Amino acid sequence: MTEAIELRGLRRDFGDHAALAGIDATLAAGETLVVLGPNGSGKTTLLRILATLLRPSEGEVRVLGARLPAEAWKARGRIGFLGHEPLLYRDLSGRENLRFQARLHGMRGETAEARIGALLATIGMERRAEQRVAELSAGMRQRLAICRCVLHGPELLLLDEPDSNLDAEGRELARELIGPGEGRTRVLVTHDPERALPEADQILRLASK
Amino acid sequence: MSGAPSEQASISDSPRRERGATAITPSRAAFTAILGRDLRAELRTLQSLPAMALFAVTTFVIFRFGLDRTSLSGGLAAGVLWVTVLFAAILGINRLFVAEREEGGFDAIRLAPIDRSALFAAKAAALLAYLLALELVVVPVFAVFFLDSTAALPPLALVLLLADLGLAATGTLISSMAVNSRARDLLAPLVLLPLVVPLSIAATGALEPLLAVGGPGYHRFGAWLATLGLYDLIFLLVGYAVFDFLVED
Repeated sequence: MTEAIELRGLRRDFGDHAALAGIDATLAAGETLVVLGPNGSGKTTLLRILATLLRPSEGEVRVLGARLPAEAWKARGRIGFLGHEPLLYRDLSGRENLRFQARLHGMRGETAEARIGALLATIGMERRAEQRVAELSAGMRQRLAICRCVLHGPELLLLDEPDSNLDAEGRELARELIGPGEGRTRVLVTHDPERALPEADQILRLASK
Repeated sequence: MSGAPSEQASISDSPRRERGATAITPSRAAFTAILGRDLRAELRTLQSLPAMALFAVTTFVIFRFGLDRTSLSGGLAAGVLWVTVLFAAILGINRLFVAEREEGGFDAIRLAPIDRSALFAAKAAALLAYLLALELVVVPVFAVFFLDSTAALPPLALVLLLADLGLAATGTLISSMAVNSRARDLLAPLVLLPLVVPLSIAATGALEPLLAVGGPGYHRFGAWLATLGLYDLIFLLVGYAVFDFLVED
């Protein structure tokens, strides 16, 4: 089976503080890795390294076959990242934000519009799509952020507390885009093990530093 | 009554057909996307341009009463015009990457399969557009306040265009470095101003004969324009070469 993620002796330091140390893990394509750990254990740091947003201080990291950080360009565009921030411009509408992201990912014209329309319909945001992001509630922003995360059809989903700010309806709608199934490869950071563990193929527990 | 289901895109219609393929977005597409977003946001919120224009006009008023002169010429006129434009530009430079820092735009752009130099080029183009728009407002005001004739304005526009290009390249570089610092409002001008000393010398050197008493002159005009062009070229190349490292972790 193809390995989507391979970590060997991963370490990340911030000054004198080691946010991550000695992390080993592998994840096959189509599987879900659930990352558990208390606050400050390095869960978000791990996700940002996998997303190519942070460089590892030590160790070997391969994501979708690309060795990080040297070959990060090979993995970018194949990863969907949902972090604490929605990564949406507040002065643009939801649809404008998704169009902007689509163009950055090389999608244009009718293909992009059709994909954006389908995602907005799936997540229940069609009627709010023309509103500026600054005017939306935190839950609505999270729904848009999920659309942004999967817009380009990523091979690997990196999800940091994806249910944050979502109501029950939002959580159900989001499952269709980022939930288990359809061969999705996912790394899921959560504080809710009861909900996440049934979806886990593998579990990585990080300890408090 | 239900008709035949209409054809519409499904979320299972993934835009990437080949798994494992690395597709880099063409730089031109990334450039136009980022530039379009910046200009749309500025037109919608007017966060930079009105402040820059108001600052420049107020500065002209202060110079007019501070110098107690209704007419300026030569080096003094060149200095007043360039220094005012430069300081007004700093307001825009300080805000150039604020949306990227505060709204996560840096991460969104870094996650995309684009050449980072497209971000540098788009931000420099946006800053150049702000500077040109600023000068459309403040140069006529400068002419009304301080000039006896408008004959110098056409060649003056060429000098300002070349100077703006260099200022846009340098300002974009400095702004991208300063934006993640807590002291960014101080850092940008403190680092930028020494770097634009050669640009300022060349710009005022070219403007001085244009604004001389008795109408525009062209003493060493070509040499100063060449200096401005060289400065632009150097900082555009430096920006292209180092910007990738500046936006990385």
